[in-house]
Amino acid sequence: MAETAHGLGGLKYDPTKRTRAPEWNVFGALVLIVLIFEILNRMQGGSFLFNMRDNVDAIFNQQRLDIMILQVAIVGIIALGVTQVIIIGGIDLSSGSVVGATAMIVMSFAQTAVVNGNPNPKAIFGDWAMDLPVIVPIAVGLACGLVAGLVNGLLVAYTKIPPFIATLGMMVSARGVARWWSNGQPVSFPTAEYGQLANGDLLGSLTFGLIHWPGQNPAVVFVLLAVLFHVVMTYTLYGKRCYAIGSNEAAARMSGINVDRHKVLVYAIAGLLAAVAAVLLTSKNLTAQAGMGVMYELDAIAMAVIGGVSLAGGRGSIIGTVLGAAIFSVIISGFTSVKLDAYYQEMVKGAIIVGAVVLDQWRQRKRARG
Amino acid sequence: MSRIILETRGLTKHYGGVHALEDANFILHEGEHVAVVGDNGAGKSTFVRQVTAVEQRTAGEIIFDGRPVHFSGPLEAREAGIETVFQTLALADDLDVPSNLFLGREIFKWRLGPFSWLDRKTMRDRTLEALKTTAVKIPNVDNPIRNMSGGQRQCVAIARTAAFASKLVIMDEPTAALGVQETAQVENIIRGLKDRGIPMILISHNLRQVFDLVDRIVVFRRGRIVASLRRDETDGNDIVSYITGVKGGSDAAYA
Repeated sequence: MAETAHGLGGLKYDPTKRTRAPEWNVFGALVLIVLIFEILNRMQGGSFLFNMRDNVDAIFNQQRLDIMILQVAIVGIIALGVTQVIIIGGIDLSSGSVVGATAMIVMSFAQTAVVNGNPNPKAIFGDWAMDLPVIVPIAVGLACGLVAGLVNGLLVAYTKIPPFIATLGMMVSARGVARWWSNGQPVSFPTAEYGQLANGDLLGSLTFGLIHWPGQNPAVVFVLLAVLFHVVMTYTLYGKRCYAIGSNEAAARMSGINVDRHKVLVYAIAGLLAAVAAVLLTSKNLTAQAGMGVMYELDAIAMAVIGGVSLAGGRGSIIGTVLGAAIFSVIISGFTSVKLDAYYQEMVKGAIIVGAVVLDQWRQRKRARG
Repeated sequence: MSRIILETRGLTKHYGGVHALEDANFILHEGEHVAVVGDNGAGKSTFVRQVTAVEQRTAGEIIFDGRPVHFSGPLEAREAGIETVFQTLALADDLDVPSNLFLGREIFKWRLGPFSWLDRKTMRDRTLEALKTTAVKIPNVDNPIRNMSGGQRQCVAIARTAAFASKLVIMDEPTAALGVQETAQVENIIRGLKDRGIPMILISHNLRQVFDLVDRIVVFRRGRIVASLRRDETDGNDIVSYITGVKGGSDAAYA
């Protein structure tokens, strides 16, 4: 009777085998896309990845790689938080606006008093807020992100309104804060230390001068945070709870998980990560503008979705999102490299996002049938 | 007779004007397996929901393990030792078997609030152990249970219950959606519980199963307990007469 249990249900897949991680599919897609752009570039007599100039001694096209990585790093940091929000079955539309608002506020505490011998023309506060130690703007920035994230989380968890609506409200309001802060004027001229946050050589300091990568601090921070959250999502209770809630919220509740409190925590972390992105972005550009971060939320969601994070919740990973971010940036750089107009780029970008979701749905249905 | 593990006295539940459960006096002894049968809407599930504190009772007393209890919710009931397999599976589809078994009671290597480090190896080992003792066969416990058949998923839910059950197991229609082989497997798990001396309340529509598995059959009709019969002193026709109301009026015999 029970001895026949191995044949339960007439399963079509081989149940003794571990199912392959979906990240491999994303990785395959990445390789394929790189290959396509390499071929397209070769047809035009250039190369996507490799150095073609005789007067430069390098294997790879370092310049393009650097741009690609920098492009993706700041939105990628946001995507790390958005990934966790989507995994618990939520969505965060506010991250781009939170970047904007945080950027304006942070910069106001990062300004230097004297610019070229004159008083700072963009000063927001009085002398007391000038030339503060760099830790002050960082702390202020993180606090801004944390507050925005907490508000999102509390709204979603305790008013039970859909996350789409809660974060849409935050998206509009935070952008309002960004515009109101200095009446739409940019905030500029930070201290030298603040500029070093993004433009310095963090990798050099971390490796005691072994490897240098100046100007790429956003990428270094992105990688460090990605590793951190990969570990957190894979090996800690936090991650387990995220997947459990996204997978079956009622079951999670039944199992004694404080679902509401966990949701607040996840949205708060997403807010913090948006703040980190804002600090790096303003440090990189040495200025803050009210329009900073527009559309970042959608780019971040796109990275996660392309990386296999399911909008239905419960499925996806940090590794997937990092790969999704890589695909995202390869596509943008690739279009530029084959000299495709920026307008076409946006059109195709939209199509790719929809395509990724369609693919996800299709995979799900196939699995449900199988 | 051995010690009483669960007793309800005058357990009553009204939903507004609907008297879903009226004056239920129920006794379950240590090591005893009891089936709760009855027509749809007879009050079986309502009875279970009061015992497991999924709902709060209107009136009556519940005495569990020798003392009156007032659980505030199913969690508290579970912590006290009542494990329940609900009609709707309380499983997370995207998690693997160990994660589901230990959902809400994870084992840690070291603790740091929500960022506590999971002891995945110990949980996996204990899962394999639990599956062995309950005779549940899952080919690969590391796969998310989404990929498993209905029977295997039900087995995971039951294995979770059986593995942690200390004092009482309640199963609400555990084989309702299962095929023949899968039902057989679940029934084997239930026999395993019996051998381990763990008392159980089984809600079932399947009289064949009921007669195969339990010591005593309690019949619900219109929110009341109308009969409590030892398996060897009754038969299918007898039970059906009680379920349909042919037998057992107001003077029903109690345990």
